[in-house]
Amino acid sequence: MSKESTESKESEESRESEKSEESKAPARSVMLQGFRVIGVAVRAEPGVFTAAVLASALYGGMTVASSWALGWATDHAVLPAFRDGGEAATGALLLAALFIVGVAVLKAAGVMGRRILAGVMQYRMQARSRREVTRQYLRLPLAWHHRHPTGQLLSNANSDVEAAWGPLAPLPMAVGVIVMLVTAAVAIVLVDPVLALVGFLIFPAIALLNLVYQRRLSPLAMRAQRLRAEVSEVAHESFDGALVVKTLGREDAEAARFQARADELRDANIAVGRVRGLFDPLLEALPTLGVLAVLLVGAARLESGSLATGDLVQVSYLFTLLAWPIRALGWVLAELPRSVVGWSRVRDVLDATGSMAYGTASLDGAGPARVTAENVRYGYDPGAPVLRDVSFRVEPGRTVAVVGPTGSGKSTLTQLLARLIDPDVGVVRIDGTDLRDVAKGGVSGAVALVLQQTFLFDDTVRGNVTLGLDVPDEKIWAALRLAQAEGFVSALRSGLDTRVGERGASLSGGQRQRLALARALVREPRLLILDDATSSVDPQVEKRILHGLREESAESTVVVVAYRMATIALADEVVYLEQGTVVDHGPHDELLARCEGYRALVTAYEREEAERADALDEVVDESFDSDEEVVA
Amino acid sequence: MTAVDERAGDGVTDEARAEETLREAERSAMETVRHGLRLSPEFRHGLAGTLALAVLATLGKIIVPIAVQQVIDRGLDGGTPDVPFIRNAVLLCAVAVLLTALCGYLMNVRLYRSTESGLATLRGKGFRHVHDLSVLTQNSERRGALVSRVTGDVDQISAFMQWGGLTIIIAVGQLVVATALMAVFSWRLTLLVWVCFLPVMIVLPRFQRMVSRAYTRVREWAGDVLAAVSESVVGSAVIRAYGSEDRTAERIDRAVIGQRRAQTRAQMIIGFTFPTTEMVAAVAVAGVIVLGVHLGVAGSITQGRLIAFLFLITLFISPLQTATEVLNEAQNAIAGWRRVLGVLDTPADVADPADGVTLPRGPISVAFERVGFAYPGGPPVLHDVSVEITPGTRMAVVGETGSGKTTFAKLLTRLMDPTSGRILVDGVDLREVSFSSLRERIVMVPQDGFLFDASLADNIRFGRPSASDEEIRLALTELGLADWLDGLPAGLDTPVGQRGESLSAGERQLVALARAYLADPDLLLLDEATSAVDPATEVRLARALDSVTRGRTAVSIAHRLSTAEAADEVLVFQHGRIVQRGPHAELVEQDGVYADLHASWASAIGS
Repeated sequence: MSKESTESKESEESRESEKSEESKAPARSVMLQGFRVIGVAVRAEPGVFTAAVLASALYGGMTVASSWALGWATDHAVLPAFRDGGEAATGALLLAALFIVGVAVLKAAGVMGRRILAGVMQYRMQARSRREVTRQYLRLPLAWHHRHPTGQLLSNANSDVEAAWGPLAPLPMAVGVIVMLVTAAVAIVLVDPVLALVGFLIFPAIALLNLVYQRRLSPLAMRAQRLRAEVSEVAHESFDGALVVKTLGREDAEAARFQARADELRDANIAVGRVRGLFDPLLEALPTLGVLAVLLVGAARLESGSLATGDLVQVSYLFTLLAWPIRALGWVLAELPRSVVGWSRVRDVLDATGSMAYGTASLDGAGPARVTAENVRYGYDPGAPVLRDVSFRVEPGRTVAVVGPTGSGKSTLTQLLARLIDPDVGVVRIDGTDLRDVAKGGVSGAVALVLQQTFLFDDTVRGNVTLGLDVPDEKIWAALRLAQAEGFVSALRSGLDTRVGERGASLSGGQRQRLALARALVREPRLLILDDATSSVDPQVEKRILHGLREESAESTVVVVAYRMATIALADEVVYLEQGTVVDHGPHDELLARCEGYRALVTAYEREEAERADALDEVVDESFDSDEEVVA
Repeated sequence: MTAVDERAGDGVTDEARAEETLREAERSAMETVRHGLRLSPEFRHGLAGTLALAVLATLGKIIVPIAVQQVIDRGLDGGTPDVPFIRNAVLLCAVAVLLTALCGYLMNVRLYRSTESGLATLRGKGFRHVHDLSVLTQNSERRGALVSRVTGDVDQISAFMQWGGLTIIIAVGQLVVATALMAVFSWRLTLLVWVCFLPVMIVLPRFQRMVSRAYTRVREWAGDVLAAVSESVVGSAVIRAYGSEDRTAERIDRAVIGQRRAQTRAQMIIGFTFPTTEMVAAVAVAGVIVLGVHLGVAGSITQGRLIAFLFLITLFISPLQTATEVLNEAQNAIAGWRRVLGVLDTPADVADPADGVTLPRGPISVAFERVGFAYPGGPPVLHDVSVEITPGTRMAVVGETGSGKTTFAKLLTRLMDPTSGRILVDGVDLREVSFSSLRERIVMVPQDGFLFDASLADNIRFGRPSASDEEIRLALTELGLADWLDGLPAGLDTPVGQRGESLSAGERQLVALARAYLADPDLLLLDEATSAVDPATEVRLARALDSVTRGRTAVSIAHRLSTAEAADEVLVFQHGRIVQRGPHAELVEQDGVYADLHASWASAIGS
């Protein structure tokens, strides 16, 4: 409870910081930071980047060249032919045609290279970051995981990575466009400096307009995106709670709640549409106006004789060609703010320090393990320890029940014994060895913990039981038999090779728990820890499991968290926890006699029954009384 | 590769399963659109005006070619430029450009407004209809699919309307006006241009299929990546406990690399198809120049018209370049639309009766008359169950897992209808009772106490929206939960987190119970409603329930036999039949299922 509530608080905080990150930041510094993020990618993939930029530069240059080819064709092939009406132009005509097609082939090659290489670069960076982030997840200690909400970690590895490398897709094109613009500027100046002035007015205006467009659009688009996620959340939650909605007849209220979100999304999308609707036609109109200006100015220049008709055609054509690519600059800039935020979140994960340190000791000894906890203290929040001063000792081969009310720290204790977490103070030892001194893989080789929350991988039954361990089928079946899972597994379509679906979706809760149990048993651990690991299993089945364990567990020391008397009855001794401290430790009978809290907890049902029997007696007495009255 | 194949295989069976009851009529694209438009009249709202604006907006595209042609043929005719003519022509064109831009703006805004309004309504309708479907249709496997019917599928339509649909309108308009103007200038050159572009148009659908297949692969791998990544997060404890970090890392790598390869492949296909149009355009330009000069020499085309032709050819490029992507989107949108309509077409199998009976308040009597039930395509799970529960009885239902207890509860609350026989409440067939009356009077507390991401008070208030905080507090006190409430950090304002996950499973059950109690039903049905609560609390709760159900009819499905002991009567289920019925004291004396259950339970609690 305490752990989760801090989590939700944290996620709120992170949501707030997200908001502030969106609204804050002078635009220039975001741009600078964005370029720095791009720099990271360029340093990581210099070869691909260079090739992509070269291809894009080819594309940019050839775009300008194609207008030049057209101008040349006009002046050298078209106009002379019309003027002279002769066959003389045939040679020039063919040359012009070859010229045009040749330029187009080079341009196409540039486009192809640009697109493919830009994709390669973006996908490589995404894959690289995803691997790095998930490596961190696997490396960082569980305590770090406890501090970060699941949803946040998932989006760090997914949407944040995508956002961080979003600008890489249009980046080479943008660089190519810059090449294109410079070449075009030079070409137009060479043709006619006065016409060039028109271009120098129009193209910066297009770039600027596009920048304003992307700036206006991007927050609206992000809002729409967020609302889309919210609509989906409401639907998920409402359908997941369908049984409650139905049984309480709240369908209309839920529909109204959903419609409110859907309407918000509608308004957000319409707002996006209004901005797009305004800027798209404007961006289209600007270069058209530019061409018209060229015609007007060009006509005057033609009159003064400083321009040829072909030049006019060339410049007009160039304007129509440049109008669209120039927007790529805006795409990159628009992606930058998201990229900066995404990358900073990815970096937070990559920069997280602290991993479990391992020693060199081994726990290879044969037979059941001896377990000791010495003055152990642990807290998810530094200020609020969940366990305090916990000391106890379990002799090899014994079965110990850990009993205590909800929230007394039982699960935390099991995680310490399996070294999923390290104590803040104190030591956990197996066979006298501090768990922190054990080599990597040593603890998981000797200790098997079955967690309260069953987790199955999207794998086969076999894969889920062995988790990659090389185990013959007979041993798997033996473990399944002991976990009372043999029956349903052999009834599955492909037996051990049946896939269980994501998180074991195709199995029932009890079946999943039994597979998780088999996973622990197949390892023949020296210490077996069960954290309320049979809660979803039928009582009758549970009984068979526990009896089986009892018979087979001579090879293991067993620590089992339990409420149920049946489980406790199988234990040699009991560790009774209350509010994070060991209140008592000893055989069940002794605790029953001397520990009041323990007695109250484990005998609740019995006492209830006894009281009911008394109450029944009273009722019976009363009825006797009334009978007597009647008789009297 | 094999991983993908297997996944694809699984996906197919999942979909197939999902479609068993979700009707997805095999409609053609046209039928889907027609049917969809019928259901969303907003789409057609002002459509004629929007299309007219679209035509005007696309006319803007041919202004430049016309201007170029006019300037060259008339302004520059005879060697010296006719500057006043050119000025007038250019100004006229500029005005036309601004007007067409205005038309474009108006068209966009109208289009967005009508489509988004239609889609918001469609979402709402779909959502409401999903809630109207019975629990059979919305069982957990399909829930994800149902969510995407009202979210992702509609988003796809929306994305198409906002980009693809618009692009199609503009592209078609562009091709039509360009062709029309070309034909005016020279039919022979027009023919030449079409001969160049026609092959591209013919192979486009094939390209599009390739692209679409490639994207499907990318999506499949993306799903694998999501699953692998989430395993590393959600399964972090298990991974550490069993030292399977390396194994997990390998799985992630496989998925991440697979996704990267699939993405690269898709990009390659597009990378090759995209510039093809560019080259064809160049061939067309070269051809037009060569043929055009010959025609010009023969006097059948002016130089201005010929050069305008070159500008007109550029109008062919972008429609063809974006066609594959647009077709892809169109395909997705229609598939999405078809799925949404499929949900709306699925009849609500448990429906609110038209003139439903309203039951008077007061303890409810229940009668099952030869009720049988089978899940669709499954064997019967209830056989011929007949039982009467008199008003005010507190009935316990016991039996092993799978004996039919929960089915009994779902039938009694009309989450499903029986396949045979009938159920009467206060003498009225359940199917004739209005939903509002039914939900008010019969309330079930399911085993999984689902909570919404809101405060504790809001969750309890879900049972009775008009309840004040005081009433909620009182309800908790009456249930003996005042101490628990006082122990919570923010009391009634405590946020419960997503799906109530900030609370323990036992606490969630307490909230669910309070929620149902606050609804103040006349029949309270508890389906193992306190199974996750610790023994001491459960005993206290049982005692409180004892007093609050007095004067109501109560049916509790029990996992602990102490509940049965406290009840007025016990129903014992086995293999879908009621095998025993009577007070605990009697049943426990008889040889039979109940006595066995009780003995095994008694040994478990150690008495």
